Amino acid sequence: MTFNYDEYVRTETIPHMWCPGCGIGIVMKSIIRAFTALKWDKNDIAFVSGIGCTSRMPGYMDMNTLHTTHGRALAFATGIKLAHPEKHVVVVGGDGDATAIGGNHLIHAARRNIDITLIINDNAIYGMTGGQYSPTTPPHMIASTAPYGMVEPNFDIAKLVMGAGATYVARETISKGIMLEKYIKTGLAHKGFSVIVAESTCPIQFGRRNRLADPVELMHWLKNRGVPKTKAAGMAPEELQDRFVTGELFRDDSRPEFTEVYQQVIDAAMKKENK
Amino acid sequence: MSKRMELYSGNELVAEAAIAAGCRFFGGYPITPSSEIAERMSKFLPQVGGRFIQMEDEIASMGAIIGASLAGEKSMTATSGPGFSLKQENLGFAMIAEVPCVIVNVMRGGPSTGLPTAPSQSDVMQARWGTHGDHPVIALAPSYMREIFDETVRAFNLAEKYRMPVILLLDEVIAHLHEGVALPESDEIEIVNRKKPTVSREEYEPYADTKDHVPPMANFFEGYRYHVTGLSHNPKGLPSTDFEVVHAIQVRRQKKITEHLDDILKWEERSMEDAEIAIIAYGSIGRSATDAVEHLRAEGVKIGLFRPLTLWPFPEKRVAEIARQVKRIFVPEMNLGQLVLEVERMAKGDAEVIGINQVGGVMIRPREIVSRVKEVA
Repeated sequence: MTFNYDEYVRTETIPHMWCPGCGIGIVMKSIIRAFTALKWDKNDIAFVSGIGCTSRMPGYMDMNTLHTTHGRALAFATGIKLAHPEKHVVVVGGDGDATAIGGNHLIHAARRNIDITLIINDNAIYGMTGGQYSPTTPPHMIASTAPYGMVEPNFDIAKLVMGAGATYVARETISKGIMLEKYIKTGLAHKGFSVIVAESTCPIQFGRRNRLADPVELMHWLKNRGVPKTKAAGMAPEELQDRFVTGELFRDDSRPEFTEVYQQVIDAAMKKENK
Repeated sequence: MSKRMELYSGNELVAEAAIAAGCRFFGGYPITPSSEIAERMSKFLPQVGGRFIQMEDEIASMGAIIGASLAGEKSMTATSGPGFSLKQENLGFAMIAEVPCVIVNVMRGGPSTGLPTAPSQSDVMQARWGTHGDHPVIALAPSYMREIFDETVRAFNLAEKYRMPVILLLDEVIAHLHEGVALPESDEIEIVNRKKPTVSREEYEPYADTKDHVPPMANFFEGYRYHVTGLSHNPKGLPSTDFEVVHAIQVRRQKKITEHLDDILKWEERSMEDAEIAIIAYGSIGRSATDAVEHLRAEGVKIGLFRPLTLWPFPEKRVAEIARQVKRIFVPEMNLGQLVLEVERMAKGDAEVIGINQVGGVMIRPREIVSRVKEVA
């Protein structure tokens, strides 16, 4: 049976603007499949993004969509969620958008444990602006602003958000669409701040400069960098150098969610005021 | 019937008025001399079922109020000079995406950290041109306590009516000044709410031109499922680079202001009927100018006051008329000459325009205006 993606897509906006071989399509499909599995009403979803290739995704989605400024999607999303805590607020963004210019909002959304799901399409490059290096461009790889190779250390996004207080964190490469869909679905259903890092590909701006222009070859390269959590547990730190751990990495259902805590503030303040 | 007189600071009145106007969301970040607004909102909002959040920075607080407004809540943030600079990008987003919200800027001495605890009026031009690109602006500048309350309510009403951010400019003098004021009862306050679509989702165009150039606004989660973007967009809200589409929507946004000037402009005039000299002043300096005019009139000087409460759009037509009536216009401001440029532009040489400028963090007193007027006369 063929899966019907159109239910959540503004079909009149297709074809999309992404390059051939781009990984974002797999992430978008995984998100739609997760919405479908959860039977979420598209009228009840706010789908929010910042700026960049990944951030063009909301324009194609048939729901309440908001394409904000560079790095600020989580700030806008926080306002939406506080105004309507009972609705679903989902944010998508690239690695540059979410962890460089948006880094401050990322750690504070995690700290608050606000019930928002963030899906990061981490293709390790600024694609839209022409292939500049991002906080996740692997060491020594070439970027348009790293002509001699990447010299800055990377963020481990999963560790970053875990340290900041996110209560559901998972990571998977786009080579495993079914697993990615599963983690996104779990993250969406989770009450609290959830982050799913989709390790993704940009053959045009990243691959082309690094002898990985062929999308399939790039996908293999990416897949081989990922190490499943169970396997990584038995590996030495030096073996994990320049690789990333995949799977459900963290989950905590005990920490209170921010809008629920704030509702208690409202209940108490209103009771006091009406006395 | 008005309530009895109570003691309030300007900042406290902004919070009182915001709640009265229906504000139910505040996103803020601490900054002197505006912090009392956030403090009071954090206390009042939950009492009326609203929500307050102190965001991680000024940029985020501006983003949060836009998000909350799109989700249907009347929203506000408050800041001062450096924070206002940080909000400019998202302020532009609210303008292009036509999202109602109120931004309070309690002006302090600048540039940069400048004089955090001292007054200034040096963000008049930042309010007009702070964000990049062509855009319409509404900025209000009250002088007196009751005016702060009324103009805050008016800021919300204009934001809702014209689907755009409205800037409320205070300065440190009136923000921290405490005075007795009688506030109106809730049934005496006019409240305007955003116009909602009456058509089906398929027919709804969130950015289409309408008779008043303000398209109806659906809130998120009301079934309209439209797209909101900071990219230039078509009437449906989807990104567009089509010359005619982009040009038309830019012009329409401008018309929201230019075709409703009678509704948006507000000013007070004193002793202007037979005036041969005029003073144009706003905010706390509007109060000094009022005293100066009274003093000079008592000495027989034919002088009058024009005190704009709407700074942007600038009351061009009336200022041009005044310039034809009087021989000289004084413009005292706590900056090195900002609104005076607009006055000169509209005077077109019909009257001599003289700025009285002070930027040391001390307000311009009535006697300083009086002596400058006498010096020139």
